[in-house]
Amino acid sequence: MGAPHGHRLHFHTHSPVHAMAAHLKVLALVGFMLCVVLTPRTWLPAFAGYLAALLLVISVSGVPLRYVVPRMVVEVPFLAFAALMPFLSAGPRIEVLGVAMSRPGLEAGTALVIKGSLGVLASLTLAATTEPHELLSGLRRLRVPAALVDVMAFMLRYLDVVTDELRRMRIAVDSRGFSARSPRHWAVLATSLGALFVRSYERGERVHRAMLSRGYER
Amino acid sequence: MSTPVLDVRRLAYAYPDGHQALFGVDLHVHRGERVALLGPNGAGKTTLVLHLNGILSAGHGTVEVSGLEVRKANLREIRRRVGIVFQDPDDQLFSATVRDDVAFGPRNLDLTAAEVDVRVESALEQVGMSQFAQRPPHHLSFGQRRRVALATVLAMEPEILVLDEPSSNLDPASRRELADIIRRLDVTVLMVTHDLPYALELCPRAAVLSGGRIVADGSTYSILTDADLMATHRLELPWGFVAQPTPSTPTTPAG
Amino acid sequence: MPDGFLNAPTSLATGAVAAAGLALALRGARRELDGPTAPMAGLVATFVFAAQMLNFPVGAGTSGHLLGGALAAVLVGPWTAVLCLSVVLIVQSLLFADGGITALGTNITLISLVGVLVGWAVTRVLLAMLPKRVGVIAPAAAIGAFLSVPTAAGVFAALYALGGTAPLPFGSVLTAMVGWHVVIGLGEAAITGLVVASIVGVRPDLVYAARPALAARPLQLATAPR
Repeated sequence: MGAPHGHRLHFHTHSPVHAMAAHLKVLALVGFMLCVVLTPRTWLPAFAGYLAALLLVISVSGVPLRYVVPRMVVEVPFLAFAALMPFLSAGPRIEVLGVAMSRPGLEAGTALVIKGSLGVLASLTLAATTEPHELLSGLRRLRVPAALVDVMAFMLRYLDVVTDELRRMRIAVDSRGFSARSPRHWAVLATSLGALFVRSYERGERVHRAMLSRGYER
Repeated sequence: MSTPVLDVRRLAYAYPDGHQALFGVDLHVHRGERVALLGPNGAGKTTLVLHLNGILSAGHGTVEVSGLEVRKANLREIRRRVGIVFQDPDDQLFSATVRDDVAFGPRNLDLTAAEVDVRVESALEQVGMSQFAQRPPHHLSFGQRRRVALATVLAMEPEILVLDEPSSNLDPASRRELADIIRRLDVTVLMVTHDLPYALELCPRAAVLSGGRIVADGSTYSILTDADLMATHRLELPWGFVAQPTPSTPTTPAG
Repeated sequence: MPDGFLNAPTSLATGAVAAAGLALALRGARRELDGPTAPMAGLVATFVFAAQMLNFPVGAGTSGHLLGGALAAVLVGPWTAVLCLSVVLIVQSLLFADGGITALGTNITLISLVGVLVGWAVTRVLLAMLPKRVGVIAPAAAIGAFLSVPTAAGVFAALYALGGTAPLPFGSVLTAMVGWHVVIGLGEAAITGLVVASIVGVRPDLVYAARPALAARPLQLATAPR
């Protein structure tokens, strides 16, 4: 795991994209990605248009591309899958640089990379321009059931508290000379996770109690 | 004397797993008092606190708050009257902003929006955190979070304020700031702690809970200077600390 | 899984399945947690998120991590687990750009619904056959975890046959996906078993799957402590 707060993607600045209501941004993301997914894979100019639109939104948002692009690494495992498609797929063969591959497979793999990358870029734009609590109120306005949004709210509230507990436990075992290198060390890591579960569960109980103490009745 | 704000009689409790934590506790706190509840780890302090607003229900005996018995039918009113500030502010502060968190309790009391606002302003004012109202609680320092946790309970305008280990994990400056705040509050306080100097500084009276019973109840100074009592119940003053009687007027901050 | 793997009709269909599953989970979790669910489920979701971040080294510089479906089911009950895993996936997708928004329904269906419910069903059946002792919970959970991963991969292969975007032959997708996920499942099984064992060792009362075994324990009689 990286820095304790390294998982936060929000990029703080002021822009029309940041200021836009979160529920509209979520709707825009869903609508945009449905268009992308529905577009036939041979319509390459359409994808170029999508990319241009996305880049325009990112430039208006004031989030630098050098902030966004490195964070696209989350999709790397799927690029590997896409790269295998031309070789595993059925259909007529063609030769590219002297290597035989399936033509529909090549097209599908390329389309997957394009659509997947547009999806990651679009999601990153939402994440970089929307604070977690804005997103939550956006989801409430979109009529996502309150019970579900409440769970998300508690999860986000305690994300840093819990990951910080895990980090401190790791430091404590590492300080005693532990270093996880192979499955032989899994038992120690698993014990940390077990302890983390007990702590998280007990914290859930305490939070609930503290809420009851202030007159909460559900 | 008038009806005590807090009246605990012969309270006994065993956890569902059979472990008995309280063995007949008697404790009475009157309006305007600041009482320290002292005791070693595992004495049953937290278990007792959880009875005061009905999170746990008595196995035997009763708890009354200003004459109203703690039982299921009264829980709503009891939880308005008894304000508990728990030890870990992260357990108490779960909202997106400080203001939301302080408003959470008053909103549960079915107050109007305007009344809630007044409560929030006043509670934040009392703990000196007004300028942080729009901040997310988890971005504050630990001492600030403890003060906001106190405000979330003050906003309920409780008749008795129960503080569970209020000084734990605070640096000396935050500790003193919190003491100043507590001393200024016009509310009855039960302070549960094993921080004996803090108890002595703030609470003229103390009760000692040990082995699930109240084993001493009197002036904090007399308890802390009773060497036998202290030794028997695993209470110790920090090295070099010389007890002085609790000041009746506000102390000026040292240094 | 990112956007673009499955065509739009399949994605919408899995979205509907996911929504129905979540509706059931919200009701079921209320029953399992015995009261208000939000703080408890939120903390469990946070735990799952953190658990998925922890790298388990496989050797040679590579590492894997937990999916957590069977683990969560054994610890907090199947519906709470579905709820928590789904919330983690939603948050990952919306705030961490991990998992495409149009693939969210598919991800919830596979990882949360299939992963949790298969893991739980297997564990439950094993526990029903084994003696009612807390010691058998961890091995049963490990087997549940092991089977849940290739099953989810098999369901993915079937979805891909229905709505995949490349003409991959179903047989080879199935073989590749299930084969590879058998390996992943072994890791999932080991981690799940170890974590469950460590919790059962210290706080069996917090383990949902241990409730029947704990209830079956005879009461001990002893004299009062004083």
